[in-house]
Amino acid sequence: MSQSYDRGTIEDFGRWKEFSAGMWAWIFHKFSGWVLIGYLFTHIAVLSTATQSGTMYTQTIRGLESLAIVRVLEVGLLAVAVFHILNGVRLLFVDLGVGLEAQDKSFYASLVVSAAIVIASVPTFLAGAF
Amino acid sequence: MSTEIKEKETETETEAETEPAESSHKTRRMEQKRQRAAQRDLEEEAREEVDEAEETVEIKVFRFDPEVAGKEEPRFDTFHVPFFKGMTVLDALIYARDHYDSSLTFRHSCRQAICGSDALFVNGTQCLGCKTQIADLEDHLDSTIRIEPLPHQEVVKDLVVDMEHFYDQMEAVEPFFDADELPDGELEEQRQDRENREKIKMSTRCIWCGACMSSCNIAAGDNEYLGPAAINKAYRFAMDEREGEDRKQQRLNIIEQEHGVWRCQTQFSCTEVCPKDIPLTDHIQELKREAVKNNLKFW
Ligand code: HEM
Ligand code: SF4
Ligand code: FES
Repeated sequence: MSQSYDRGTIEDFGRWKEFSAGMWAWIFHKFSGWVLIGYLFTHIAVLSTATQSGTMYTQTIRGLESLAIVRVLEVGLLAVAVFHILNGVRLLFVDLGVGLEAQDKSFYASLVVSAAIVIASVPTFLAGAF
Repeated sequence: MSTEIKEKETETETEAETEPAESSHKTRRMEQKRQRAAQRDLEEEAREEVDEAEETVEIKVFRFDPEVAGKEEPRFDTFHVPFFKGMTVLDALIYARDHYDSSLTFRHSCRQAICGSDALFVNGTQCLGCKTQIADLEDHLDSTIRIEPLPHQEVVKDLVVDMEHFYDQMEAVEPFFDADELPDGELEEQRQDRENREKIKMSTRCIWCGACMSSCNIAAGDNEYLGPAAINKAYRFAMDEREGEDRKQQRLNIIEQEHGVWRCQTQFSCTEVCPKDIPLTDHIQELKREAVKNNLKFW
């Protein structure tokens, strides 16, 4: 063969419109997993202010919670965590070989349940934020 | 259509063939003239058929030919094809090749989903051209059907991709029946019980089309990954009870390597595209559990 043509990555993420359920589940799971790791570090940073003094910790928390953007991000964190847990349970079933023929439905179910929980949480998280 | 480029192509062909004899040159020119006339007739016929047809489809086909000047740059050609009931994507391609552009290149043979030579990328999903009904494609009459060669394999020409790597991975799992013990009598059968046959039934259906491998995101990024088809092949023999324990152990050693089953991230892309409906992810997951059982020891 004299020459051939390598079409590069156009077929990968450039084709996101053609992804199927399992592929979206994989992308969202990766994404949510890494967001949770990121949150874990900020969480430790905030908690560690308590090593200086009790008031320092209270002030930090109060300062953060008074910012509207933090309140909104908390809703996002809940969304990501709930989806990660539900889809994580789906993946555990996939690993056990249970219900693989319904894997797309279980992904949609985890999306719907996550959305429901997140919407229900909005009043609690955003009370008095604006 | 590619009339302009077609002429260029004929030029290069004449140059390429270097038979000096004057008389044969003349006959060849006559022959080419006749062929061009025939081609015109066919195009004419196609135009009439397209006009007469109640429904027509428009296909947009990936074109690339590194050996012909003017075709090294990949591009898309659009063909109008009269639609008939039961028409497959492969039928549309054959029509386009036979009526519009005889240089349109694609592999096909059986036209009944058994030879595995015409896996294509149609409207963004891997499928067999001969098994994909045009009527089943979403709004096929209003929009163009995009036909491309399989992704993640290098394109040799038009819709033809290099399958060598896929075949290498298939062979890496030793895809042949190889029992530990052969029966004593030369003519004695090696019988399999019904349950075991049922267990491996789906896995035996692979036609080596490569659609699954092409759809897999992991296989695209890791050339050493065995890929769904090869792992399915390994499953077909590892689960066959007639082969015996020693052989199964050897087979597990192959699939539990670093670039074996553990690369699978359960994206289900392969299972979605397999034209033979093999539950590939199911089989890969079962082999993962076999591999764990094989290595996990609590004493
Ligand atoms: C009940 C809670 C959780 C469940 C059921 C769960 C489940 C899972 C499962 C099954 C996987 C493997 C995915 C695969 O097979 O490819 C995974 C991956 C991961 N999880 Fe979780 N998880 C949970 C909580 C968390 C938390 C709290 C964090 C972060 C602090 C986290 C971070 C990650 C990360 C980073 C990955 C790897 C993503 C990747 O593949 O790159 N998970 N999780
Ligand atoms: S497993 Fe299915 S998609 Fe993959 S090569 Fe075999 S028949 Fe084709
Ligand atoms: S032509 Fe043989 S599988 Fe399609």
